[in-house]
Amino acid sequence: MSAANASNAALPISAREIIPEKGVLVAARRDLALAMRSRGELVQALAFFVICVSLFPLAIGPESALLKRIAPGVVWVCALLAVLLTLPRLFQSDYQDGTLEQCLLSPYPLPAICLGKMLSHWLTSGLPLAVLSPVLGLQFGLGGSELMVMVVGLLLGTPVLTAIGAIGAALVLGVRSGGMLLGLLVLPLYIPVLIFGAGAVEAVLAGVDPTANLYLLAALFLMALVATPYATSAALKIALD
Amino acid sequence: MALFKYSAPSAFYPLAGKLVPWFGAAAFVLGVVGLYIGLFVAPEDFQQGEVYRIIFIHVPTAWMGMFIYLVMAMYGVLALIYQTRLSAMMMEALAPTGAIFTALALWTGALWGKPTWGTYWAWDARMTSTLILLFLYIGYIALVNAIEDKKRADKAGALLVIVGSVNVPIIYFSVKWWNTLHQGASISVSGGNKMAMTMLLAMLIMALACWMYSIAVALCRVRAIILERERHTQWVREIKEVR
Repeated sequence: MSAANASNAALPISAREIIPEKGVLVAARRDLALAMRSRGELVQALAFFVICVSLFPLAIGPESALLKRIAPGVVWVCALLAVLLTLPRLFQSDYQDGTLEQCLLSPYPLPAICLGKMLSHWLTSGLPLAVLSPVLGLQFGLGGSELMVMVVGLLLGTPVLTAIGAIGAALVLGVRSGGMLLGLLVLPLYIPVLIFGAGAVEAVLAGVDPTANLYLLAALFLMALVATPYATSAALKIALD
Repeated sequence: MALFKYSAPSAFYPLAGKLVPWFGAAAFVLGVVGLYIGLFVAPEDFQQGEVYRIIFIHVPTAWMGMFIYLVMAMYGVLALIYQTRLSAMMMEALAPTGAIFTALALWTGALWGKPTWGTYWAWDARMTSTLILLFLYIGYIALVNAIEDKKRADKAGALLVIVGSVNVPIIYFSVKWWNTLHQGASISVSGGNKMAMTMLLAMLIMALACWMYSIAVALCRVRAIILERERHTQWVREIKEVR
């Protein structure tokens, strides 16, 4: 490690000083630019989300009281699955074309780069899902305050899905049938987010104060924010060893 | 420290071979004694009748299922920090045993639940979190088997189990709160009844038997893993069961 640092210092990389925290922005900006070039992929995840949610009334029947009752769970489970499907995007192509190895060698710390990649991933997956979710909630007959809590919950919860998913996505890089395996690894870890997220909306439906659930989601978010970039960068190092 | 010598697979292999029969025998004797006390000596429960006797299998297996995951996480820390190959091999050897115990706990719980609660499955907090624990075991086993490069599989598995073990308490409490939110006061697994001394004794002996069994089986399995991984080395070619 120290040898690598010394050789880095000897190289005339650039005249300007490297600020480690800037790695987040650098990585996020790059990934966002790439994501904007293939907008089709973004739309696919959203379409999947919408189709998935719309299947439930068709399977269960158009009874509005029942639909309203299951709406929070349905929307959250579908959001989980939609995020799961977008996870390979985080590292897959970078792994295949060697960009990840360059990230490892870059002067920016790897956890900062991971955080940047997560940020970009959330902006292009979790955020659109949260924005779209009220429309789906309306289909299930949810009212204003319930929709509000659902959006807030998704805004707090989907970053956690991205963050935990990033660890899984890094672990299965280059593994056969990685997509299936990723679901197996990540979905059990998503359970707390699902419980608190859907629980918040259900609390409103039941006429109870949803803030406890939202606070718990916020706590999960903060924990994930602090811990997962390090775990993800450890997983990336294992994958590229 | 002389003990560190045994972190080398070549030194641990013969030691494990010597220990297996002892732990195996202890598991057998304790199992027979524990089952005898549990099934014949312990008194009938006045509320549940004879059905309750399944707890002598159920509770020890549930304990082992949780405990083995913690042991795996500990080995995972060792494997990542000290880069000891043997720790990762122990994780791989323990995982199937842990998964089987967790599955057994669920299975026996269902068998007990039908006559007492009137249902095989309730979304009780403990049952649900045990089910999720089983998923975590399956995820670990699937990941380790899917990665062909053994060195990478070891480390990836170690990291996954550590991440999982951080999550276990979060999952447990989320499920618990979720359960109280939904069901209110329905079924309590830990009804405040006091256990007779013989019941407790039988359960503890059975728990010890499960421990011994787990150790014996894990050591057996780790020997197989060592042989498989080290088959190209000189020392493996020289041991007599291979020659």
